[in-house]
Amino acid sequence: MDLSLKPEHKAFADEVRAFARENLSPATREKTFSGKHYDRDDHIVWQKALGKKGWLAYTWPKKYGGPGWDVTQRFLFENVLAEEGAPRILPFGPKMVGPVIYTFGTEEQKERFLPGIRSSEVSWCQGYSEPGAGSDLANLRTRAVREGDHYIVNGQKTWTSFAHWGDWIFCLVRTNPDGKPQEGISFLLIDMKTPGVTVRPIIMTDGAHHVNDVFLDNVKVPVENLIGKENEGWTCAKFLLANERLGIAEVPSSKRGVSMLRQIARIEPQDGGTLADDPAFTAQIADIDLQVQALEMSELRVLSAMAQGGAPGPEVSTLKVRGSEIQQRIAELTMEAVGEYAQPYQPGMLFHDTNETPTGPDHAPPAAPRYFNMRKTSIYGGSTEIQKNIVSKMVLGL
Amino acid sequence: MDLSLSDEQKQLQESAERFSREKYTFENRRKIVATERGWLPENWAQFAELGWLGMAFSEEDGGYGGGPIETMIVMEQFGKGLVLEPFLPTVVLGGGMIARAGSADQKAALLAPMIEGKKQFAFAWLERQSRYNLADVSLKATREGNGWSLSGHKGVVYNAASADEIIVLARTAGSAREPKGLTLFVVDAKAKGLSRRDYPTQDALRASELTFDKVSVGADAVLGKVDDAFPVVEEAVDRAIVALCAEATGCMDAINAATLEYIKTRKQFGVAIGKFQVLQHRMVDCFTNAQEARSMTLMASLKIDDKDPMVRAKAASGAKVQIGKSGKFCGQSAVQMHGGMGVTDEMAVSHYFKRLTMIDLMFGNQQHHLTRYSNLAMAA
Amino acid sequence: MDLAFTPEEQKFADEVRAFVRANLPADVRDKVKNGKHLIRDDYMRWQQALGKKGWLVYTWPKKHGGPGFTPAQRYIFENICAEEYAPGIIPFGTKMVGPVIYTFGTEAQKEKYLPAIRESTVWWCQGYSEPGSGSDLASLRTKAEKDGDHYIVNGSKTWNTMGHWADWIFCLVRTDFKSKPQEGISFLLIDMKTPGITVKPIIMADGGHEVNEVFFDNVRVPVENLVGKENEGWTCAKFLLANERLGIAAVPQSKRGVEALKDIARVEQDNGRPLIENQSFAEKIADLEIQVTALEFTELRVLSQMAQGGQPGAEVSGLKIRGSEIQQRITELTMEAVGEYSAPYLPGLLWQGTNEEPVGPDYAHLAAPRYFNTRKTTIYGGSNEIQKGIISKMVLGL
Repeated sequence: MDLSLKPEHKAFADEVRAFARENLSPATREKTFSGKHYDRDDHIVWQKALGKKGWLAYTWPKKYGGPGWDVTQRFLFENVLAEEGAPRILPFGPKMVGPVIYTFGTEEQKERFLPGIRSSEVSWCQGYSEPGAGSDLANLRTRAVREGDHYIVNGQKTWTSFAHWGDWIFCLVRTNPDGKPQEGISFLLIDMKTPGVTVRPIIMTDGAHHVNDVFLDNVKVPVENLIGKENEGWTCAKFLLANERLGIAEVPSSKRGVSMLRQIARIEPQDGGTLADDPAFTAQIADIDLQVQALEMSELRVLSAMAQGGAPGPEVSTLKVRGSEIQQRIAELTMEAVGEYAQPYQPGMLFHDTNETPTGPDHAPPAAPRYFNMRKTSIYGGSTEIQKNIVSKMVLGL
Repeated sequence: MDLSLSDEQKQLQESAERFSREKYTFENRRKIVATERGWLPENWAQFAELGWLGMAFSEEDGGYGGGPIETMIVMEQFGKGLVLEPFLPTVVLGGGMIARAGSADQKAALLAPMIEGKKQFAFAWLERQSRYNLADVSLKATREGNGWSLSGHKGVVYNAASADEIIVLARTAGSAREPKGLTLFVVDAKAKGLSRRDYPTQDALRASELTFDKVSVGADAVLGKVDDAFPVVEEAVDRAIVALCAEATGCMDAINAATLEYIKTRKQFGVAIGKFQVLQHRMVDCFTNAQEARSMTLMASLKIDDKDPMVRAKAASGAKVQIGKSGKFCGQSAVQMHGGMGVTDEMAVSHYFKRLTMIDLMFGNQQHHLTRYSNLAMAA
Repeated sequence: MDLAFTPEEQKFADEVRAFVRANLPADVRDKVKNGKHLIRDDYMRWQQALGKKGWLVYTWPKKHGGPGFTPAQRYIFENICAEEYAPGIIPFGTKMVGPVIYTFGTEAQKEKYLPAIRESTVWWCQGYSEPGSGSDLASLRTKAEKDGDHYIVNGSKTWNTMGHWADWIFCLVRTDFKSKPQEGISFLLIDMKTPGITVKPIIMADGGHEVNEVFFDNVRVPVENLVGKENEGWTCAKFLLANERLGIAAVPQSKRGVEALKDIARVEQDNGRPLIENQSFAEKIADLEIQVTALEFTELRVLSQMAQGGQPGAEVSGLKIRGSEIQQRITELTMEAVGEYSAPYLPGLLWQGTNEEPVGPDYAHLAAPRYFNTRKTTIYGGSNEIQKGIISKMVLGL
């Protein structure tokens, strides 16, 4: 056992850092460190740069065009990018549908879809949840009925992140309404430009537009867009969810969040000094810092077990649970650090590059919106309660 | 970066696991608690034979060249069995300080026999007022001819009754709570003027109050440099903390396993109580807490050999915070889910709970280490 | 609404304080103050003094020999007794079986049992839980079969508090095995001297003996000892449990506990200063004190509703939950204050009242056993999980 880095890993970390400094736009970087919202270009320009370098699909095996990195390289890549203020890689293509396609898809499908994901030429979004199927995903009702060479899809998806930027959507649809709920589901890829697809924004409590309703009204989808076998889409769904849970812990960005929090504490005035002089507050930062470290070590232990041939088991659910609690706690403490200046609502500061002057310090306007927004982390990707059910059943045998 | 155990380490884990499982059944342990010493010499001899007493020491010190990972592996299994043999005071603390600060003569006279299983130690630092401040020491050592004379009081000294030598932290200069001016002395446990009051602890270990009334020792009793013991003690205690964390991790595994088994079999309202979601989620939280404890213990075990004392201190304090938090959560939850049975003497859970509780109090509780970590992190 | 006491209430408070000072035996007061274990005689001397004054059954209506205190008087009485270090009144007679008898019993039963409860000449204990029925009380299996003028009782009870000191026990027994679990239960009073009763101690994690198993082997109980109707004992049981939950919050004791904790924190040293000057520790005490205040006001609100004719409802379960958690937190912080000197285990001093010299300060050896022992508070009287189940069902309608 050893935590130290070999020289070639150190060189690798330097390479990643140099790449990020070269290719990440200063404006995007600035948005990261001031907590502003990204627009589509912030993500796509950066992801295309990564794609060109062959690093966007960094978790993929070589065989499918990934860089074939070991656990340490992945760890360094994620951490250096977070430190450099890169936006997170939108997971829908490279971390979700990509691995599903190369694991369950046909050769034709791999050739058709994987290159666009690796290069970020094509943006994907996820059609899982429905108004009546949230935590109980298998209860979904969007129907796909076979008609010759096509499926005719009717129904509604909700909580679809970035559907308004998406070129394609991968959907869970019901192809067989009889039998157990899990057994009649299929995994379908749908071009967002197909007639009958409508996207309607959902505005969140912080005023932001990330998620949408997607309506599917007699949408004609060629049968060659089916991944895996008809009615066996639940296998793809579960595979994707387990992969999702791993990255969803967001450790590198939480580490960045803790160091930004310390920075804010050093700036925020209190009793003639700064908040950093208040031991009760700094102890709370220390506590969350340690929680992040524990989570990071837990994730490394899982990755190390995977490197020796294991698959991510249901215990990764606990990483998702703790990861989301930690993101929430950082947002909460950041708002606490800002204090009363968290109150002014300045949407211009958050969403647009206006010349509006912030009411308080620069870091103040995003604090409360971020706190409100982060409440989603313990809800999405399978709520905390659902994750605990999974662990209870699959790990503890209860 | 590599988090996998070597083949030798896996073997060590297996043999430590077997020891705990076979020698520390609930009934066996009860019998060992009731013996005069409170631990078994035959077990200690077995430790020596298996090489556990020397595994963490360098080959030049007569050890087998292992390190904190080996200590972690063994301590974790000791936690699972609630092992009573005084490994922590003798090997981790006593042996650790001698290896770090001892002269060649001291190593020959003390460390070599310890590795053979022929000498045991106790570490006397705490005083009534000290709480968790390692420098809050007022037992005085004054020069007397070529040697020294020690007078004062030490409290809650684990293994003092069985130890051959007591390693005493004494003030030789400086004012109260000043890190400078502290010196370590190796004192014969039977020295004239040294009196003991022995008692069991809440978790069935043995400890003593020690009174030093003009105890005379030679100049060769000084371990390390006069007035400069503090860094040695701080490092030794940080290493002991990491070892304790490993023990606590083992305790948590055992208490969680017992609770899981209990809620699967105990029936109320016509079903196993583990069918109730309230208990399921609490059990999951116990499981997650133990995972985090294991992660932080591993982190600290990997960093405790770091050259930078700041890194070592942060690692030890960070792990101790986690162990305090997780240990309390797992212990309290285990009792709650066992219901009344969880607080009876006849169930193993109450014994694990007591040990976890005492581990939090040793060498600084969760709050203390959170403050220490926070100060180090803000200074960085 | 008014928080201030009226002049009459003020006068009453003075009277209570004077009474306690004149009648609480000094040795008993010292034991309570120093957290020592009390023996049967300690309780009896104090309770009999209260009995003589007519205050022992201070919650009873006048009609049954109680003093008819207003809620304010009850509050004053309980708080002053706690402040003056009076032992807690043993509830089994006064707060449990007494009210059951005057509510459901016959005139003959009232005459026979109530005076001795009021005067504390008879010690009662409770026979509810069984090895197989803890939280699921209604599943109890101790059976009572009619045989002429007697019931023949067979079975066992557990977690029986202080049964080794008791003269009488009130028991829930099964008189009908055929109907629903709740419907075949009866409420029976049994003389502990009856042949066939065996009391076996249960030793707790702190080494103490306060609870027992009680075995019934063909115990003959006269039918006139049945309270209420046969097979309708569940009504008495529920009535008793609701009453029990009210007092179980132990607010006055917790207030005293917080004060005792502060006293310890003033003596204990931390870096050469009293521990109470340690900001983090002081904040923990403050947090606890605020919790106690919130609980006290919630209890006062419930009492005030009851004074206007309401019955204690399911929301008193909330009092039990918070009250028990607070009791635990006090012991936890006390142990934290004592620090490593909590480690010595001195059973002689703890249990037999020997003259053994304590290790460290007087209070030190009590801290850890108290902490271990108080884990029971969230389990007994209906575990907190059960209480939450009750609130969820009865108050929230879930």
